[in-house]
Amino acid sequence: MKYLDEFRDPVVARKILNEIHAVTTQPWVIMEICGGQTHSIIRNGIDQVLPKEIELVHGPGCPVCVTPLEIIDRAVEIAGRPNVIFTSFGDMLRVPGSHKDLFMVRSEGGDVRTVFSPLESLKIARENPDKEVVFFAVGFETTAPGNAMAVAQAAKEGLPNFSELVSHVLVPPAMEALLSSDANRVQGYLAAGHVCTVMGWDEYDPIAKKYKVPIVITGFEPMDVLDGILHTVKQLEAGTHKVENRYARIVEQGGNQPAQVLIKDVFEIANRKWRGIGEIPVSGFKISKKYAAFDAELKFSVDDIHTEEPEACISGVILQGLKKPHDCPAFGKECTPQNPLGATMVSSEGACAAYYKYQRILSE
Amino acid sequence: MDFPEALSCPLPILSHDTVQLAHGAGGKLSNEMIDKIFLPRFLNSTLEKMEDQAVLENPGGRIAFSTDTFVVDPIFFPGGDIGDLAINGTVNDIAMSGAIPKYLSVGFILEEGLPFETLHRIVLSMEKAAKLAGVQIVTGDTKVVNRGSCDKLFINTSGFGFVPENVNISASNLDVGDKILLSGTLADHGMAVMTTREGLSFQSTVESDTAGLNHLVQDMLAVSTNIHALRDPTRGGLATSLNEFATSSEVGIQLFGDAIPVKENVRGACEILGIDPLYVANEGKLVAIVPSNIADDMLSAMRGNEYGKSATIIGEVTDKHPGIVAMLTGLGANRIVDMPVGEQLPRIC
Amino acid sequence: MCLAIPGKLLEIFDENGLKMGNIDFAGSVSKACLEYVPELEIGQYTIVHAGFALSVLNEEEAKNSFDAWDDLIDRANAEGIEVEKLERPD
Ligand code: SF4
Repeated sequence: MKYLDEFRDPVVARKILNEIHAVTTQPWVIMEICGGQTHSIIRNGIDQVLPKEIELVHGPGCPVCVTPLEIIDRAVEIAGRPNVIFTSFGDMLRVPGSHKDLFMVRSEGGDVRTVFSPLESLKIARENPDKEVVFFAVGFETTAPGNAMAVAQAAKEGLPNFSELVSHVLVPPAMEALLSSDANRVQGYLAAGHVCTVMGWDEYDPIAKKYKVPIVITGFEPMDVLDGILHTVKQLEAGTHKVENRYARIVEQGGNQPAQVLIKDVFEIANRKWRGIGEIPVSGFKISKKYAAFDAELKFSVDDIHTEEPEACISGVILQGLKKPHDCPAFGKECTPQNPLGATMVSSEGACAAYYKYQRILSE
Repeated sequence: MDFPEALSCPLPILSHDTVQLAHGAGGKLSNEMIDKIFLPRFLNSTLEKMEDQAVLENPGGRIAFSTDTFVVDPIFFPGGDIGDLAINGTVNDIAMSGAIPKYLSVGFILEEGLPFETLHRIVLSMEKAAKLAGVQIVTGDTKVVNRGSCDKLFINTSGFGFVPENVNISASNLDVGDKILLSGTLADHGMAVMTTREGLSFQSTVESDTAGLNHLVQDMLAVSTNIHALRDPTRGGLATSLNEFATSSEVGIQLFGDAIPVKENVRGACEILGIDPLYVANEGKLVAIVPSNIADDMLSAMRGNEYGKSATIIGEVTDKHPGIVAMLTGLGANRIVDMPVGEQLPRIC
Repeated sequence: MCLAIPGKLLEIFDENGLKMGNIDFAGSVSKACLEYVPELEIGQYTIVHAGFALSVLNEEEAKNSFDAWDDLIDRANAEGIEVEKLERPD
C-alpha cells in the first residue's frame, strides 16, 4: 500500500536501528504516549531490538485503558435500557465495568452495535426515530473532530433521538501531569502523530521548555517509530529539549483548523478522570451548553453508580511507568487476557496484556 | 449482483412467494417445496427414494465424520453465500483428515417469510458446490420457525468420507523440523463478510475464498501420505489453528513474517479496520505440516491445484518455546502470535 | 490511540449535506467525511481516522524523510555495510 509499505521496509528500519545503537551512550527512559505506537512497537518487536539502555514506557494513550470506570458503568446502564440503541467503536465492548462489559449487556438483550464512524451512529438514529440512539464518544483529540461533527450534524438535521456519552481526553495535560509527579521517570516523549494532525504542536513547546524534555512528534509505521526514538535519543544525548516534527508528511504546526473550530463549538474543556490515574484538571472535553440536548449524560439520569475497581489492580501506576505488571499480585493469576480485571489487560497492547504474552516466552 | 446460474435455472412456480409456517409442517406445502426446490437440485439415487434415512454402502476401513452449522450474516457476500459455504465447510472438515468426502446431510431452519427466490438461489449454489466437491446430499430436513426466531435461514450440514489407508493426520503429530505450508492468501473470507456488513460503509472488492479443498488434499496425498497435520483455518484464523497444533504437539512454531501472503485489497481493509489477518477466517485455505524432506514436492503439488496456486512455506516447527507460536518480524525480533480473545472487531485505536 | 491510514481520494459526493468521498485503500474502498480537508483533490492521499479524513498527505515531506534515511544508508555503504536502495513512492 502506498505511503504505508515504504515505511515498513525492514532494510531501512534496520539502518535507523543501527543509528540508534550508535548514538546511545547511557540509559534513557522514553514514553510513547499513544497506544497506536505501542501496538506498532509490539507488533514489530521494536522493544526487543533497541539498545538495552533504552527503556520504552507505554503511555496512557488508549481510550480502552483510560476511560474511567464510572463512564463504563454509565454506558453499561444506558445500553441496557429497552428503548436504547447503544453504538460504540469495537474497542470499548470488552472493557470491564464494575460488574459487566458491553458484550454482556448485548447478550442480556441490550441493543449494542459496533460502528466504525460516528456518522454511522447518526444514520442509525435517522432510521430509528422512535429509539434513542446513543454513541459512546470516547477517544483523544484525533477522534474529537468526528465525534463533534456527529453532534453538529444531529443538531442541523434535527435528530432529537441522537446523543453522545462523551469521555474525551486530551494528551498535553496528561503529559504534564506525568512529568510533574514526584516519581516521574520519563525523560523524553514520542508525541502522538495523529493527535498532532488535529491539534498541531504549539501546546508542546511550553511543556518541553518547562520540564526540559525532548518531545518528538512521531508516526506509526516501524520506520516512523524508530525515527522518533532516534531523534529523541539524539536530543537526550545532546542535552536539548525541543519539539521536533518527524511526521511532517501528515502533521502541520497549526494542525487542522476547520476541525479545531468545530471542536470548540461542540465541546468545552473539562476536568476529566483517567482510569488508574485519577482526575487531571482541564484534561478532556464535555459537550458544550449550546449542544446540551445531545449530551447523553444529561439525557439519561443514571443514579447510584458505585464503582468498584478490583482492589488488587495497580494499572494506574503501571500506566505511569512506575511499576511493571509482574509487580501486581493478580497478574497472570486472577487477571488474564481472557478474564481481565483492569483495562491494561484488555487491549492487546495494554502493558499487562503485552507482559502476559512475553512472560510465557521468557519463562522458557 | 449478477447471478447467471439463477437466470439459467428460473425459480420454479410455487403456490407462495415466501416461506410459510406450513412449509415446515410436513403436509402438502412441505412436499411442494421439497419437490420443486430441493429435489431437482440435489437429486441422486439415494435421495430419490425419499426414505427417512439414507442407506449407504460401506466399503470398509475408517470413516471421517463431521458436522457444522452455518449462520453467516449477510447470507450473500462477494464470492459466495451461505449455501456454498455450508457445503464447502463440511467437505473441508472431512477432507482435513485426508478422507475423501462422500455423503452429506443438509438441515435447513427457515424463517417464516423468507422469499423462495432467496432460498432457490442458495440451493443452486449448494448444488454447484456439491458437484464440484463430488459429494452427494443423501438426506435432509427442513424446519420453518416464526418470524424473528432465526435470521433468514440457518443451515446445518453433516457428512462423512472414507480415510485412505496409511493416512494418519492429527494436530498432535508435529515433529521438530517440519515445514508449515499455507495454500494461499489469508483473510479473504472474513474480510469479505466484514466489509459487506451494513454500517461499515465499504464498497467491497474483497471476495470470499469459499471452496472445497478435498481435491487439493488428494493431490497432496498423492505426493506422500506422510502429512503430519492439516487444517482449514476458519474461525479464529491461522493463528488459532497453529496455536492448537503447538499445544497438542507440545512443540513451538516459528513463522517467517514476510512469507505470509495477503491480497492487497484485503490488507487495505484490514489496515483501515485495525484487524490482523492472522486472526481472520478463511473458507478455502489449508495449512499443512509436513516433514521437511517432502516439503518442496508437496508445495509443487499444491501449486498445481487451482486452490493451491499461491501455496508457500510460511514457517517451521521448532523445539524452542513449546506451545507457543512466534513470528519473526522484519527487524529480526520475534513476536508472539497468541490465541485470539473473542471475535475480531473493527477498532479505532 | 488513533489508528489512521493513508488512502487515495477517488470521488467526492454529498450525503445529508456533508462533503463525503470514496477513499481507496489498496483496492478496498471506504467512505469518509471530507469536511475537514476542503483542499483535498481527487487523486491525492489523505489520512483517515474513524471515517474522517484529517490531513492531506504532503508528498514533498514524505520524500524528505526518504532522503534523510537514504543518507543513513549512504553512510552505511561508505562503512562497507551492504544495503539495498529504498523503493520510493512515485
Ligand atoms: S495485571 Fe490485571 S489486575 Fe494487575 S495491574 Fe494489570 S490489569 Fe490490573
